[in-house]
Amino acid sequence: MKKITILTLALAVLSGGAFAAGDAAPLPHQHWHFSGYKGTYDQAAMQRGLKVYREVCSACHSLDLVSFRNFEALGYDEAQVKNIAAEYTVIDGPDDDGEMFERPARPSDRFPSPYANKKAAVAANGAFPPDLSLITKARHHGPDYVYALLTGYGPAEHGVEVPEGKYYNKYFAGHVISMAPPLMDGQVSYEDGSPETLEQYAYDIVNFLTWAADPYMEERKRTGIKVILFLLAFAGVMFAYKKKIWADQH
Amino acid sequence: MGSGNREKFDNPVVEWVDSRLPVFTLLKAEYGVFPTPKNFNYFWNFGAIAMVMLITMILTGIFLAMSYNPSTAGAFESVERIMRDVNGGWLLRYMHANGASFFFIAVYIHIFRGMYYGSYKQPREILWILGVVIFLLMMATAFMGYVLPWGQMSYWGATVITNLFSAVPVVGDAIVTLLWGGFSVDNPTLNRFFALHYLMPFVIFAVVFLHVWALHVTGSNNPTGVEPKTKKDTLPFHPYYTIKDSFGVLLFLALYSAFVFFAPDSLGHPDNYIPADPLVTPAHIVPEWYFLPFYAMLRAITFPVGIPFTDIVFIEAKLGGVLVMFGSIALLFALPFLDKHPIRSARYRPLFRPAIILFLLNFIFLGYVGSQSADATLFGLPLSIFGLAATAVYYGFFIVLIPLLNKYEEGRELPPSIHESVLEAQQKSKAPEAA
Ligand code: HEC
Ligand code: HEM
Repeated sequence: MKKITILTLALAVLSGGAFAAGDAAPLPHQHWHFSGYKGTYDQAAMQRGLKVYREVCSACHSLDLVSFRNFEALGYDEAQVKNIAAEYTVIDGPDDDGEMFERPARPSDRFPSPYANKKAAVAANGAFPPDLSLITKARHHGPDYVYALLTGYGPAEHGVEVPEGKYYNKYFAGHVISMAPPLMDGQVSYEDGSPETLEQYAYDIVNFLTWAADPYMEERKRTGIKVILFLLAFAGVMFAYKKKIWADQH
Repeated sequence: MGSGNREKFDNPVVEWVDSRLPVFTLLKAEYGVFPTPKNFNYFWNFGAIAMVMLITMILTGIFLAMSYNPSTAGAFESVERIMRDVNGGWLLRYMHANGASFFFIAVYIHIFRGMYYGSYKQPREILWILGVVIFLLMMATAFMGYVLPWGQMSYWGATVITNLFSAVPVVGDAIVTLLWGGFSVDNPTLNRFFALHYLMPFVIFAVVFLHVWALHVTGSNNPTGVEPKTKKDTLPFHPYYTIKDSFGVLLFLALYSAFVFFAPDSLGHPDNYIPADPLVTPAHIVPEWYFLPFYAMLRAITFPVGIPFTDIVFIEAKLGGVLVMFGSIALLFALPFLDKHPIRSARYRPLFRPAIILFLLNFIFLGYVGSQSADATLFGLPLSIFGLAATAVYYGFFIVLIPLLNKYEEGRELPPSIHESVLEAQQKSKAPEAA
């Protein structure tokens, strides 16, 4: 990794590019349904995002902090959540004979990881595919970043050399990423008539992942408006009262 | 505070308690009728605000500790469990994480207020020194708290900062081993940091008690820096300042809430949402914002100090940085003894006033320098040069400028009393209306 960085750095200097290695391109900003002080999650987008996640990302990435039961927040009812869970198997045990056994997942189970451990994940992918439960909080401007990353593949620019099995990405630090472009047009079929395009997939998966990282955002903002209005109103009353008490001093 | 004069209370229960333990007499004397200068501006709200934040931190912290798991294997996950599975857990955690920042905001303003109006001067030296002790303890507490969620910044911040102590001659390595409880930042480190992080706020509480006690011996300073002389200069603390403080506290809490509810992660570093990994160093290790000016001073010393043109080195660069950083706080302790100028308030010191404002801007600039990576540049020059210059300005303020001002600065005419200065201000503000 270090060698690659040094190499790309040397190349960047030689080619006289204004681009230093590690300097990712500036992030384009998207309009998110969840941004702003009243922003809420777009349930339809999250449901589509879950579909993309299940069909694509979950092959390599884990989502350790999310349980199936949490999917009720996406607008599924209990029975639907049960059905989604039942499509996965998890390892449980030990049973009375001391054996581990497989069983269908239940809503209370965490979303299963694709690999038994970190080493296995690295061995299969050439780099560690990070857990995605907190990814939108774990990067600067997380939602914009993940969107940009997923749509930022293309032919190498600025003389960056891309080794075998690696890919060029405009927005990844150092530009050389071990994740093959995970999404392309038409890859996941949508039942609600939404366009089956890379951009739409990226938008949907970001909605889903932002929820996964911050499941209480809507409650947080709703509570916040009440708390702040209360504090300001109370402060206003105190200010009026203060004026009255201090009147004899002015 | 003891067996002296006791008040009489009409309420029989209050009277019964007070005749056995005169807490009500104490409260009345210290917070009821306590004579307080009548000319406070809003800068005088920040003591009460800091107190509210300390209590907020202790309460939210105790509830967090009930679900927190201080082990390298479980800490990160337990914090996320608090965020996801504990009722109201996200609120507790965001209140605590942002509360630390707002506690520091309040205390920084409080400290600057003290410097601007000369509140550290005779007879309030011990009051000031206790305040600096609180500030130091807060820094230690916040540093250890930031380690607890065991994210990447927790781990690497702890590694960088604890390593500093190895620069101390002779005992350095022993100190580091003691801090770590082993040979690197690991489970024993996290355990002892948790134990200390739980303990220190209560030590802070005790020092705050002493701080307030000292305040009630000397009485408060005020924007003129002129001591109250007659009854006309003061007001009873209650209701005048209880009400004003309530207003200020509520406004501050509203601002704090804006962060807790609408930008709860904006003051933290995204890397701390990545679980700690001793094998992956973050691209850019930065402490929390409230440490940045001191971090800049730590990094300002990039060269050893010794005899030029020889190999003789007295102070390694690393030790130099550590000394400069701790020295910057030592100067705060020394301030009451450095500044001998007879006038307290910057209002009546034509030279000290611009100097202290520049000192503040320089401190903020140091914060900016601390936030940048070590190889950053500014106007085409390495930023470390600016860091060194700003550090020199910080030191120069205390050890060059203040002694010079002691000697040469002529103050402006002081108002004869607080009362007169209030009257004068009122006349000035009324004059345009009449015209
Ligand atoms: C074939 C396996 C594979 C699939 C499928 C895959 N990824 Fe990745 N992903 C990786 C690997 C490997 C990395 C680590 C890249 C590196 O560090 O060079 C990675 C890294 C990432 C990162 C982190 C980039 C960073 O800043 O460190 C994000 C975000 C990400 N993937 C999102 C996704 C999403 C969203 C999907 C589904 C649409 C997805 N990935 C599908 C293998 C995969
Ligand atoms: C002076 C008062 C205090 C300060 C300045 C302070 C500061 C901090 C900081 C900066 C963090 C890291 C927050 C994060 O990024 O997640 C933290 C975490 C924590 N603190 Fe405190 N704290 C204080 C008092 C307390 C007290 C009194 C307790 C317990 C009784 C406590 C318990 C905890 C726990 C359990 C965590 C880990 C959970 C978390 O990271 O959110 N704190 N503290």
